[in-house]
Amino acid sequence: MLNHRVIPALLLKNGGLVKTHKFKDPKYVGDPINAIRIFNDKEVDELMVLDIVASKEGQEPDYRMIELFAGECFMPLCYGGGIKTMEQADRIFNMGVEKISIQTAAIEDLGLIREVADKYGSQAVVISVDIKRTLFGGTKLYRSATSDTDKENWKTFLTRAVDAGAGEVLINAVDKDGTLSGPDLELIKEANSELDIPLIALGGVSSLEDIRLAVEAGASAVAAGAFFVFHGPHRAVLITYPKYEELEKLFMNGVNE
Amino acid sequence: MSKQIKIVDIGLGNIASIQNMLKKIGQDSERITEPILDDTKIDLLILPGVGSFDYAMGKLNSGGWTDWIRQVATEKKVKLMGICLGMQLLCEGSEEGDLQGLSLIPGHFKKFSSNGGADRLKVPHMGWNTVHYNERGSWMMEGHEDDPRYYFVHSYYYTHPEPTYIAGTTDYGVEYGSAIQNGNVFGFQYHPEKSHRFGMNLLRNVIKQLC
Repeated sequence: MLNHRVIPALLLKNGGLVKTHKFKDPKYVGDPINAIRIFNDKEVDELMVLDIVASKEGQEPDYRMIELFAGECFMPLCYGGGIKTMEQADRIFNMGVEKISIQTAAIEDLGLIREVADKYGSQAVVISVDIKRTLFGGTKLYRSATSDTDKENWKTFLTRAVDAGAGEVLINAVDKDGTLSGPDLELIKEANSELDIPLIALGGVSSLEDIRLAVEAGASAVAAGAFFVFHGPHRAVLITYPKYEELEKLFMNGVNE
Repeated sequence: MSKQIKIVDIGLGNIASIQNMLKKIGQDSERITEPILDDTKIDLLILPGVGSFDYAMGKLNSGGWTDWIRQVATEKKVKLMGICLGMQLLCEGSEEGDLQGLSLIPGHFKKFSSNGGADRLKVPHMGWNTVHYNERGSWMMEGHEDDPRYYFVHSYYYTHPEPTYIAGTTDYGVEYGSAIQNGNVFGFQYHPEKSHRFGMNLLRNVIKQLC
């Protein structure tokens, strides 16, 4: 039986590991290489590393660091942040990264998605969308590089990105980021109803039960940041990951798939 | 003595990941960007690959690899391991493309059907799944008590009227051969290089087979 993937999503800022709250106030949580070693030992299903300032500040991806990550990861690694050209993508894949996640460049033009999918296959391209709820509960496509919302309907955008060759969708609930207040299940349901390709839900997870609920709502995989790096009411930094047996039990008992 | 491991580099597939894991288990390896025509000793030839069947087969054909790989495997009896698309290329063909495969292991690849409805299968089959090894695959299983799990990413699965070449099976809507072997040629649909200790152990078992 295929297990649902549970993926730590690590945020990078200028070489340090940070955790944000609703996409703001990045708090330094430690050395990324050290964190990756710990996640490696814990045998995580997959790892996602997202550079939150590369696109915003027009920086190149931090190749030296990405190469170090790839050398340490004996599980699939997805990198996102600042990738705008095929040359950059080539360089990152060559280091041993399995997937790249694209957002900013894709909102401008889906050509890069098409090009990467043609060369490396759809499974190597994740289209990443950040979704923000409006005051009235509606949903808007958020542009993390410029901190504003886009006019295009996010579902239409996703359909176009999938047509262009994206093999997986990462959907990040902006208002849930770092809040540990549970995932946006309605959003997951809505996204899942549109997709035939795997959906990774990110944002709000605070417990194993939340992971189960997100999967029940239609996520193929569940990613989380704060849940895996903070511990206790005072948010002390402690890297954790559930045991395989716990995850197996979680999905066996509750998910009808 | 370290074994001579060469990895076919046609610009497809995650060669760095394979090398990283081999290094972790104390084994050197080398990428080759063209067929080796002299008598250099090769203990294991690895054919990795991601992407589409015809694109990869086209690369093998135009780079002079196809005949060379077939010769190395059939005449020199060098151990040949295919990973993911690399395993598919070892067989006869795939629904995904029109080109003929290397035809070193009988079998064809068929697309998983994402048959609609609420319980529809997502394609590709992506994530961690278990492999149940049979007698043929017992050497791959060494060191494990239970069925080991590995990371999979693929949309096409192995089919053949006879189970003759199947060494291990996986269930994703259908039960299919995820590890296959024909003599010195074998393939894994999953990615040992991205499967923690399970993959490391499998690569160790592969190296134990080299003489």
